[in-house]
Amino acid sequence: KSSVQTIGEEQIQNPYTELLVLKGHQDIVRFLVQIDDCRFASAGDDGIIFLWNAQTGEKLNELHGHTHKITAIAPFSSSDVTEEKNDLIITASADRTVIVWDCTSGRQIQKVSCFHSTVKCLTVLQRLNVWLSGGSDLCVWNRKLDLLCKTSHLTDAGISALVELPKYCVAAAVGKELIIFKLSASNNGSESWNILEVKRLVDHHDNISSLVSVNDLTFVTGSHIGELIVWDALDWTKQASECNFWDSSVHPDVQPEIKLSQSPHETSVQHLTSDEECVFAAVGKGIYVYNLQMKRVIACQRTAHDSSVLHIEKLPNRQLISCSEDGSVRIWELREKQQLPAEPVSTGFFNMWGFGRANKQAIQAAKKMHENTPVYFLELVGDLIGHSSAVQMFLYFGELGLATCSADHLIILWKDGERESSLRSLTLFKKLAQNGDLQLRL
Amino acid sequence: MISAPDVVAFTREEELEDDLYREPPLPEEYSVPLFPFTGQGANPWAKVAGSKFTRDFILISEFSEQVGPQPLLTIPDDAKVSGTFDLNYFSLRIMSVDYQASFVGHPPGSAYPKLNFVEDSKVVLGDSKEGAFAYVHHLTLYDLEARGFVRPFCMAYISADEHKIMQQFQELSTEFSKASECLKTGNRKAFANELEKKLKDLDYTRTVLHNETEQQKKANDKGYYTTQAIEKANELASVEKSIIEHQDLLRQIRSYPYRKLKDSEFHPYEPECAVDRADVGSDQDPTASDPAEPGETALYTHVPSYTPKLIKAKSAKCFDKKLKTLEELCDVYFFTQTLDQLHHIERTFRGDVCYLLTEQISRALLKQQSVTNFLFEDVSFLDEKRPEKQYRGCQGLGQDATDEKCSEESLAPKVVISLGSYKSSVECVPIKMEQEIEDSEGPKMSESMMSEHQENLDYLDADIKGSISSGESIEVLGTEKSGSGLTKSESQASLPVIPSPQAGRSKVGSRRTVSEDSIEVLSTCPSESLIPEDFKASYPSAINEEPHAGDDEGGLRFTPRLNPGVDDGQDDISKQESLVQVDAACCIGKESPNFLEPLPELGQKPCEEDGVVRIPPQPYRPAEQGLRGGFPCHDGLSGGLLPYELDSRYLTGSREVSKSSLDECSDSTSYISSAASTCSDRTPSPAHLGCAAGERHRKKAGQNALRFIRQYPFAHPAIYSLLSGRTLVVLGEDEAMVKRLVTALSIFVPSCGAYAKPVKHWVTSALHLVDFQKWKLVGLQRAVSPAGVNVLHALSRYSRYLSILDADSKTLRCPLYKGTVVARLADHRTQIKRGSTYYMHVQSILTQLCSKAFLFTFCHHLHLPISEREPEESVVNRRMNFLKLQLGLANEDIKIVQYLAELLKLHYIQELGQGGNPLLRFDYVPSFLYKI
Repeated sequence: KSSVQTIGEEQIQNPYTELLVLKGHQDIVRFLVQIDDCRFASAGDDGIIFLWNAQTGEKLNELHGHTHKITAIAPFSSSDVTEEKNDLIITASADRTVIVWDCTSGRQIQKVSCFHSTVKCLTVLQRLNVWLSGGSDLCVWNRKLDLLCKTSHLTDAGISALVELPKYCVAAAVGKELIIFKLSASNNGSESWNILEVKRLVDHHDNISSLVSVNDLTFVTGSHIGELIVWDALDWTKQASECNFWDSSVHPDVQPEIKLSQSPHETSVQHLTSDEECVFAAVGKGIYVYNLQMKRVIACQRTAHDSSVLHIEKLPNRQLISCSEDGSVRIWELREKQQLPAEPVSTGFFNMWGFGRANKQAIQAAKKMHENTPVYFLELVGDLIGHSSAVQMFLYFGELGLATCSADHLIILWKDGERESSLRSLTLFKKLAQNGDLQLRL
Repeated sequence: MISAPDVVAFTREEELEDDLYREPPLPEEYSVPLFPFTGQGANPWAKVAGSKFTRDFILISEFSEQVGPQPLLTIPDDAKVSGTFDLNYFSLRIMSVDYQASFVGHPPGSAYPKLNFVEDSKVVLGDSKEGAFAYVHHLTLYDLEARGFVRPFCMAYISADEHKIMQQFQELSTEFSKASECLKTGNRKAFANELEKKLKDLDYTRTVLHNETEQQKKANDKGYYTTQAIEKANELASVEKSIIEHQDLLRQIRSYPYRKLKDSEFHPYEPECAVDRADVGSDQDPTASDPAEPGETALYTHVPSYTPKLIKAKSAKCFDKKLKTLEELCDVYFFTQTLDQLHHIERTFRGDVCYLLTEQISRALLKQQSVTNFLFEDVSFLDEKRPEKQYRGCQGLGQDATDEKCSEESLAPKVVISLGSYKSSVECVPIKMEQEIEDSEGPKMSESMMSEHQENLDYLDADIKGSISSGESIEVLGTEKSGSGLTKSESQASLPVIPSPQAGRSKVGSRRTVSEDSIEVLSTCPSESLIPEDFKASYPSAINEEPHAGDDEGGLRFTPRLNPGVDDGQDDISKQESLVQVDAACCIGKESPNFLEPLPELGQKPCEEDGVVRIPPQPYRPAEQGLRGGFPCHDGLSGGLLPYELDSRYLTGSREVSKSSLDECSDSTSYISSAASTCSDRTPSPAHLGCAAGERHRKKAGQNALRFIRQYPFAHPAIYSLLSGRTLVVLGEDEAMVKRLVTALSIFVPSCGAYAKPVKHWVTSALHLVDFQKWKLVGLQRAVSPAGVNVLHALSRYSRYLSILDADSKTLRCPLYKGTVVARLADHRTQIKRGSTYYMHVQSILTQLCSKAFLFTFCHHLHLPISEREPEESVVNRRMNFLKLQLGLANEDIKIVQYLAELLKLHYIQELGQGGNPLLRFDYVPSFLYKI
């Protein structure tokens, strides 16, 4: 019934052949943040924050303090080089508090509970050494947790996303609007800060669901009805916009019934990520790759998962990882398709292309269209099945592996079995040497 | 369990054992004779057929001063055990060989009677006429009313099997010493109490007499003593003398535990005993040792209710009084403890000696595999307390770990060497023990010097000498068949005692009172009779072969032929190795020529034409030299194994032949011997309390497994799944059937740690990922309910981590298996019929796998680059070459070994550090559906 691409049990390119299940949470785990090279924190609806060692899966600390679910979490590593390294994390909870924790000791450094509403997002501006909390208003705090300044009450719904822009600006998504704020420190020397609303952008027709900064010049927003707008980060003008992904020119042969079946939920832009060239959008069940240069979707996987894609991330090696409500994590690779004249269209490209002869014309047309430009496609190279419920988020740790968190209360660390095996050998021989069991003749 | 075809022969079904647990047992008259094959030759090792008792038993006898030798009790306490066997006669026999009781009472030149703290004597006695052989353990208990204060007792383990007694001498001695120690501890306590009472009596008597004398003195003014007065005075004097004597005795008996406690060899029998002894010990501090101390009696307040009696000057005739029973002599508590210990001994040593030996051998070998045995062995079974003494060498192995030369040699050559020194188990013992005594004498003396009880020293010294002379000597006694016609009275003519040829023991012979029974002391060197000439040569094979259930038919062909091939395979690498010279310890393949030389004799067939193993297993004697620290002994074992594995012919051509020969051989032998061995001794096999259940479980599992591999043509991939760590789910509606399958398959599941096997027999809820980490074999309920749908959904979702055996539709969904190991492990055409036999067969192959995994894990440069610049690929290449060429693994077998290696690594890393998270390893491999 579903046109979801599946990969068999044989997954040669999938490096994750070992897993560790990290148990601790008692409710949905929603957030994973990296603290440093080998530590990460997890938080979720049980209000507890756990710190983990990404290599061993060891539970380093348990941070108790919130009474309700965690709504936002942000790492705040010290920007000052001279200062001794102490990593902080800031967590916001539905109990209307924000707590700053010391990751090393696990102590609660300070707790702020003067909020009128739940803080839904936290952003750290490393350059300014301040952090912002966004709820029904936007507050600016310094490292010592002094409230520097705050905006007036914006909306009851609250700020859903924040992103840092150049020139001391931040973009906040408030409902359908995107508000640009400017931070300014007064010149009179004292720590007197001010925050001003600079601009309101009302181009979206529905609530803005995701907001991501691509580079210093651009940022991208996505909305619930599948609009994707690329903004200029300096003058906050719309550079390009894409809506109706399912209708885009890349696949002109879309069947009408598919179009009809697209409910608003399934077109919602759940998550955006980007590298320098492309923006990767998780839209409904699908994944779309939007090229910033070409200003069009260059590749897509319309039904990448059985259910909504919740999080995607681009890996350095042209791979893309997505996780979904269906409980699976999939690894994709963005490949350039060689256009061989005699070759029929690969069935692995888009599933709906293999409908039959009737589409042949269209295929030919599509081919002609892209004759001069490389054609990309997303190929499934592996999937990770472990969670029994929606995978909320994941964290890519490079060669240490991949941490995924899920509504089934678990965090799974996926690891490269080969690498782990040789690491264990290394440990083994170290231990042997330590114990004096090993006497190498040298 | 390490086992091999020749060992397999000794396996037997333990149905018999069950009747120990089944209550009530069948009445004798209804029981069917279990062993119809009593004819000669049915049991190749049954030297004696016609013993008059049905099974081994323990006899406690006493040399009563009133009636002479008499049996006191037997264990098991069952009249039919001893049958027609004449216990009285045998008591006479065993008591008559005691020469301990001779030295008691007043030694010349001593004013007081001295207690003699004699060591127990341990004697082996044979009576071929009666068909009885006995380990006899003499001990003396103290009794104030007995002649010379001593009551000689003995405990005897009586068996029809001479070899059992001879070969298990050490173990018997250890166990009986414990029992004896317990008895004696209780006896000392009781004796001390008795002395105290007696002293109070005497004291009271003295007071009475003194008063009478005084009165007489007063009444008598004539200036001369009446005869009455003189009599009284004499009586008083004798009472006073008696008091001194008894005080002296009390001091002596109390000095015993004090003296003994300083001896490191002295282990308190039971913690409860230790408390008791502490009581006694607190009594005998400096004051107690001084006989003149007047306050001495104040210390004995713990018997307050005693009212002293007047003692008549003339004691009753010794035949009038009733002697104390053993129970009275030793305190009820200690007596019960002793009985428990004796029952334990009986349980431990019952059954065929071959079984005992096999178990001891495999146990000892397994203990050495400290690194790998957690994988497939029941570790608790190993932890059980066993005769430690025998394996003392093993424990020592860990320490002398430095010699690199040793580490490169295999165990096999050493066995050849040590064979000579261990020709006889009995022979070597006295030497060792005397050494110990000489060693301990010095410090003991100096300690007692320091304790400044000069007087003590005197007799302590004497005691020690006494114990040297008699205590440790081991005699092998027997009656010739021809001379067995002698009646009791005829045999009074004493036969000369032949002193043992050993230098250190001539003294012993001279001190010994000549026993007055028709007993011949056999040659003290029974090695010739015990170990036939032809067997000596093949003895090493008994050990060496064990890991290989492979081929006895073709003998063991060790040829260095493979080495060129190996070198070809990794030419560059081995060059590098030789340059860098890191290898030798690791690359055992290259060492193989060393292994090969000393083993030419191994080609001898332990199996004779009719397929019956003629040679019983020999007690395991550990090699003297250590191999390497940490995992010292394992090297030896695997070293012995590897060249065998390297034989390319073994890997290719002869495998089929060898396999079939194994099956034929092992089966026929097991069949015959299990019938035969039982008739030599109509006793169920030893049931170790702790592992009796395990034993039964193993049997059952083996039986089920056998059925499984016969029934299911896809047994191989299923077993492969288990061995490679892929969770196997047995799905079915019928709980009993699923559980049976799980039990059957559980023997193939490697354990992940020291805990129980990762097996879950029955689950009714949906499985989750976490479960696959925990369990590698799961029985799962198939239900029609909505929950059942969930269960199936979870199965299909996690299908990549699972193999699913559907017990209802008889299908299996799991990855393909094309290797060879499992084929040997589970051949559906196998002729093995018995569950425990099959279990052993499986264990032997698994042990072999473990050895490979061990080698693979602990070869340094298979996992890590030799030099820093070496690329990762070459390490990977080397690794694969090692697995394929050196270990001879094909296809999926590699994965098995890799998985085991991974478990070994984890185990080694974690057992020292913190217990890490359980991890799940898996492969992305396609599964196939197998149907019947």
